[in-house]
Amino acid sequence: MLPFDFDYYQPETLKEAVDLYQYLEQQGKQPMFFSGGTELITLGRIDLAYTEAVIDIKGIAECKVMRVSGNHLLLGSVLTLTKIEEANLFPLLTKTASQVADHTARGKITLGGNICARIFYREAVLPFLLADSQLLIAGPEGVKGVPINKIFAGELKLDKAEFLVQTATENRLIRAPYFSIKRRQQWETGYPLITVAALKMDEEVRVAVSGLCPFPFRSKEVEASLNNKGLSVETRVERALAVLPQPILDDVEGSADYRLFVLKNLFVDVLAALDGVRV
Amino acid sequence: MKSHTITLTINGESHIVTVRSADTLLYIVRGRLGLTGAKPGCLNGDCGACTVNVDGWPMKSCLMLAVEAAGKEVTTIEGLKETPIQMAFVENFAFQCGYCTPGFIMNCHSLIEQHPDADDQTIKEWLESNICRCTGYIEIEKAVKSVLKRGAHLKAPME
Ligand code: FES
Ligand code: FES
Repeated sequence: MLPFDFDYYQPETLKEAVDLYQYLEQQGKQPMFFSGGTELITLGRIDLAYTEAVIDIKGIAECKVMRVSGNHLLLGSVLTLTKIEEANLFPLLTKTASQVADHTARGKITLGGNICARIFYREAVLPFLLADSQLLIAGPEGVKGVPINKIFAGELKLDKAEFLVQTATENRLIRAPYFSIKRRQQWETGYPLITVAALKMDEEVRVAVSGLCPFPFRSKEVEASLNNKGLSVETRVERALAVLPQPILDDVEGSADYRLFVLKNLFVDVLAALDGVRV
Repeated sequence: MKSHTITLTINGESHIVTVRSADTLLYIVRGRLGLTGAKPGCLNGDCGACTVNVDGWPMKSCLMLAVEAAGKEVTTIEGLKETPIQMAFVENFAFQCGYCTPGFIMNCHSLIEQHPDADDQTIKEWLESNICRCTGYIEIEKAVKSVLKRGAHLKAPME
């Protein structure tokens, strides 16, 4: 039960949802789009989230799609992570998303919710960063497609009244060799310490990381270092660690030094799995 | 629209109930419908004590608004009567204080329905959603496996 009241709306079309947002915003209701809603429900309970109007987008057809269209796999933002795992249309996503929270909770957490969440750990975004997916965004100007690597910088940069409708990912990237691993410091259902997802395309290894910085990321500099085949594995990994984004998390789940130590070994594992290096 | 009159289908019965938008399913099921089998634990989606089934899948009812459950089939522990998993919990001593038990049973019940041939990895993945502070989990695992095995045996020689 949440300690504050809000209005609850269930629009049926993208336009209706955007119009509602704009109207409620004008009324000063601090509207919020809602799909799985786990973040509002858990943070709202302890006064870390607030709204006077919730716009539940689960009833909008475009947000529910899960199908291949031409060369792309389309995944709607309100699909639950469990549904995506069970269908297993994008094996790297299946593997990486299965590292979010726990199985039952993933029956409520949605793809869009995890990508747009406020918590540090947003593993579901990693495969899309690696696959250069397109995001379909609805907003006051209608619907637009934007490459995820243009609009995701630590978080999804959405304007007011905009929300994520679908992801579109090329089939050749969905079929690319991949690797995904999560390390926890504490017991098996504790928070993840670090999750690394990787895939190989055109002889280059791509990596994306969650749990190292206060945001998930994919870095061209890190990838350039890891792919410098003229160097030893150790040097490639050392150079990748030297160009990581900052800050490195340093909290009860793991100190910054410990996280870097874990990451170093995970990078070696990635190269062993995808680049055939011997370790 | 801070409150809504909705129809909740719980354990096969329809209930017309007026709820606040901000009420969780757990709160309504327990406080308004008197079905106190689903337990409040962390209220944060971590412990699984509040697990019910929604359209055949496990759901932490502290993570769902009651308004979201309108039009869905909800089953709580009160809706299960002498199911194989309930009997197996008794036979395998799969509980001590019992606080986590309804949530565990609802999760296991869904697992058995969705994946009657679940392998060890699937069982582990599903069961990690619930926390028990008394048992060592082994008895719970045994209970689930005993039912899965029985199910597999019953299904095998069908022509
Ligand atoms: S009370 Fe719902 S998960 Fe703990
Ligand atoms: S039997 Fe006591 S918490 Fe599980």
